[in-house]
Amino acid sequence: MAGTDNPVPATGSRTAVAAYIIRRVFGALVLLLVVSAVTFAIFFLVPRLGGQTATQLATQYVGKDANPESVAAIKRNLGFDQPIYIQYWDYLKGLFVGADYKFGPDATHCAAPCFGYSFKSHVEVWPQLTERIPVSFSLAVGAAVIWLIFGVTTGVISALRKGKPVDRIAMFIALAGVSLPIFFTGQVINALFVYQWPIWDSTDYVPFTQNPADWAWHLLLPWISLAFLFSALYARLTRAGMLETMGEDYIRTARAKGLKETTVVTKHGLRAALTPIVTIFGMDFGTLIGTAVLTETVFSLQGIGAYSIQAIKDNDLPIVMGVTLVAAFFIVFCNLIVDLVYAAIDPRVRYS
Amino acid sequence: MSDEKAVTIPAQSGGAALTKDAAPGDTLLKVTGLQKHFPIRKGLLQRQVGAVRAVDGLDFEVRAGETLGVVGESGCGKSTMGRLITRLLEPTGGKVEFEGKDITHLGVGGMRPLRRDVQMIFQDPYSSLNPRHTIGTIVGAPFKLQGVAPEGGIKKEVQRLLSVVGLNPEHYNRYPHEFSGGQRQRIGIARALALNPKLVVADEPVSALDVSIQAQVVNLLDDLQEELGLTYVIIAHDLSVVRHVSDRIAVMYLGKIVELADRESLYSAPMHPYTKALMSAVPIPDPKRKNAKSERILLKGDVPSPISPPSGCRFHTRCWKATEICRTTEPQLLELKPGQRVACHHPENFEDQAPQDTVLLTVAKEAAELVADEVLAESAETSAAVAAQVEATEAAEASEATETAAESEPEDSAPEAAEESESTEPDTAETDTTAPKATDK
Amino acid sequence: MSKLEKAALGEPATVAPTDADDAFLSVRDLRIHFNTDDGLVKSVDGVSFDVQRGKTLGIVGESGSGKSVTSLGVMGLHRSANARVSGEVWLDGQELIGAEPDEVRRLRGRKMAMIFQDPLSAMHPYYSVGHQIIEAYRVHHKVSKKVARQRAVEMLDRVGIPEPDKRVDGYPHEFSGGMRQRAMIAMSLVNNPELLIADEPTTALDVTVQAQILDLIRDLQKEFGSAVIMITHDLGVVAEMADDLLVMYGGRCVERGPAEKVFSEPRHPYTWGLLGSMPRLDREETDRLVPIKGSPPSLINVPSGCAFNPRCPYADIPKDNVTRTVRPELTEVGSQHWAACHMTQEQRERIWTEEIAPKL
Repeated sequence: MAGTDNPVPATGSRTAVAAYIIRRVFGALVLLLVVSAVTFAIFFLVPRLGGQTATQLATQYVGKDANPESVAAIKRNLGFDQPIYIQYWDYLKGLFVGADYKFGPDATHCAAPCFGYSFKSHVEVWPQLTERIPVSFSLAVGAAVIWLIFGVTTGVISALRKGKPVDRIAMFIALAGVSLPIFFTGQVINALFVYQWPIWDSTDYVPFTQNPADWAWHLLLPWISLAFLFSALYARLTRAGMLETMGEDYIRTARAKGLKETTVVTKHGLRAALTPIVTIFGMDFGTLIGTAVLTETVFSLQGIGAYSIQAIKDNDLPIVMGVTLVAAFFIVFCNLIVDLVYAAIDPRVRYS
Repeated sequence: MSDEKAVTIPAQSGGAALTKDAAPGDTLLKVTGLQKHFPIRKGLLQRQVGAVRAVDGLDFEVRAGETLGVVGESGCGKSTMGRLITRLLEPTGGKVEFEGKDITHLGVGGMRPLRRDVQMIFQDPYSSLNPRHTIGTIVGAPFKLQGVAPEGGIKKEVQRLLSVVGLNPEHYNRYPHEFSGGQRQRIGIARALALNPKLVVADEPVSALDVSIQAQVVNLLDDLQEELGLTYVIIAHDLSVVRHVSDRIAVMYLGKIVELADRESLYSAPMHPYTKALMSAVPIPDPKRKNAKSERILLKGDVPSPISPPSGCRFHTRCWKATEICRTTEPQLLELKPGQRVACHHPENFEDQAPQDTVLLTVAKEAAELVADEVLAESAETSAAVAAQVEATEAAEASEATETAAESEPEDSAPEAAEESESTEPDTAETDTTAPKATDK
Repeated sequence: MSKLEKAALGEPATVAPTDADDAFLSVRDLRIHFNTDDGLVKSVDGVSFDVQRGKTLGIVGESGSGKSVTSLGVMGLHRSANARVSGEVWLDGQELIGAEPDEVRRLRGRKMAMIFQDPLSAMHPYYSVGHQIIEAYRVHHKVSKKVARQRAVEMLDRVGIPEPDKRVDGYPHEFSGGMRQRAMIAMSLVNNPELLIADEPTTALDVTVQAQILDLIRDLQKEFGSAVIMITHDLGVVAEMADDLLVMYGGRCVERGPAEKVFSEPRHPYTWGLLGSMPRLDREETDRLVPIKGSPPSLINVPSGCAFNPRCPYADIPKDNVTRTVRPELTEVGSQHWAACHMTQEQRERIWTEEIAPKL
């Protein structure tokens, strides 16, 4: 009898976890493939459905001084004369083995991962991205650390002091934080600390590898203005989550054991309350890397968000496509991490 | 008294019982080989790796005008069974016949006319009523769904129904949250009665209610049955409630009926060891019996998983009487006594069905350690007494000796011969020694 | 009203029924009121009782009778900024209501422990069963994790969990209902508490499992000699477990006494009602149950006078409408047996023997 009442034999749990991870990774890969196909379709198929000819499309890729030869070259190079699935296949192939672009006498080899070649600015897309991803990533990481610390702490304190002045003040500030647009807070911070009292002489990006201290110092203002918004959101989320979990039966059990209140709150309450926050954080963080447009613009940071805006303005499709794919990659990747972290946090997830 | 209100049912419904198609005692619902397996999917491709065999072969019938009680522990499949016979779920196998009509695989459209005749009352009076609807809307909904226009309009009919179940008809426009748990259960009952059903399936109708309210609802169900000639299937885990309300009782274990008998026989002389254990586990509200702990049969461990139920008799892993045959051969649900069907090789209060098999399984020996010696002795005595009597009748009828004359064991006695064997007294000291299991501990 | 309140306040002095000397736990005039948006909820309104070592007190009542809040009050777990608590709780000679919260915390889980109704929601879903038991042990014992783990395995074994050294790493959702409640009991008993409060410990369980758990609690009590408070709505469970019985209604105690007396000679109409409402396996089937009419009172608006008066079929027997105006006090109706009813002893004795008992 002893064994039969055990629904999950101990030996099965490890394989179950492995199966869970494999399933998620596989799902993420499939998702990325779908995203790339959809993006490709949007940029290359939809205009055609809208009635544009291959020549017209190709014209868009050439700079202002388009002559028939260069248009024809681009048409051939980009495979606009090929069926759409061949084009997609070539694009995918380029991602893994690289591709060659020819116009006139020059030939450019675009090494893997080749995200295409911008005929407008005559650059390969990928090096442009690799230059900018660290900026966006640094911005997101620093802001995330700040908003997690501040948001979650404020939320916990608010929940524990529900209805008290501390709670009311915190929630008022949070409401302000959620309501104020980032270009406003960013501009105000900029105006105060860079121009009025020039504590920061420069907020130019310094790579982390070059000088970590400068890296952090120069990014501090963007971090703060971005984190202000997110701290507010996370404070409200944490507060709601804490209020719910602190009413759970297992919290009462923890108290009945004689645990100190701080242990009850952090170990038993917060851990459970953080689970939904982890999910949202994964999505926010992933999304933020490609979309911190406003912050990057306000603080003149050369991140991929700002880059994508520029590319859209210039109608530089290969760049837009590349940025989209990179942004999608980060979102999918962060969600994958969230799924795995989730399984680590909540043992019940592992087997479902 | 609010429960007394129920008795003063408007005369209008008085003749309802007479207009029923099925005369009392006729079979209203017949179930054969009913199965419901819920698939389990796993792995990358979510392929089916097994099934939860929630209901795994049920045979029973419900007669018009009676109350069939269904008891069992959680996970025995009793609620699934309720949903199958009301066709809220589609059976995986077997057959459900209502008034002679096969309804096993009827679609939504085909079931519609039957929805009037078969109604369900749910356990939780808090979640089974839509909080955004007034009770007038809730109780009147069946009329709208079925397109029935009652005489005098829906509102009047709803108010009549409310008074039938002992609620104030003027509360027509109130919302569920304004009512207590017991009153909400009455609303659920009123809704079930709206279309004058023939069969009402109640899944744990009182288990979410306070003791004092339970009694009100039980009495109400009683009164309504009398007044309206209803047929009930009442599913519950509380054996004392089931005994109070039922005419016949089915005991379920792991998706199977192990015993099906009229109330009297079941409670006075349960035959299946599981029934016996279940009944002995019910705490008796009499402190004087506190020290009479010996009557209790403690079962070992938990109910096994319905994903891979034990072979043979599903109870053999916890039974103190289990022998090899229990592990290998599934006992059939046989009518051993008129009105008492049992699926057991070694029934209590009856002659052993597999007397040649006397060696207890190791699990049974362990299980027996939890059963008081008195219980074992008594069980052996009654079985022996029954056996002795069977043997006596047999001997009188045909005086030929059996092959195993050396032993006085009733090996070949046919179960049919034991019809009047209800004696619980051992005839002689000699029969005591023939008890196959009392000595095996 | 003021007169009533005064009368109620005077209760503890007159109603301390047993000499508290040998009582391990003595509760005197415990009141727990909550301020809510709808009004003052008097969850517990003047309850007194004693529990001796090795004895079991059963507290019965319907939902909202205040039985669970009483136990939380003893444990100091009624944590809410809106709670107002008064009265005295003496645990082994130490008063808890006025004590420092941290003092009470140190007693919780060590000297007094609690088992809750639904072990699935009462155990933390993210931590293994062993982890939770180890945690409970290490709060009160300065030992290494290894020692504590050994202790956890030992306790799981003691409460009858098979293969305890493996199951110790399992999570609550991997346990069956019965096993989970066993694990919960193991967690409660890991520090050998002298007072064990079980709040509906078997309500969520099947009868056969209930029998196992009750048996286990009884055995453990015998072994450790602890005082037990068993809170339940099931008269069968109390009859089996309790030495003394406390019947609660509307936040107050309506009857209290040795379990045998309360069952054989109940002296409060509510107790009669409870006994009449339940179908019993040990009696011949009756045609009808005798329910109590109406529903339990709201604790915001407890009926004046005797809280039970709107549901009591005998409310008009005492003269001058006294049942609706004056709150009845507990009076001694037998040795160690107390009931709060306006009817005279003789009237109640007559009604019980002539009208109620024959119908049960």
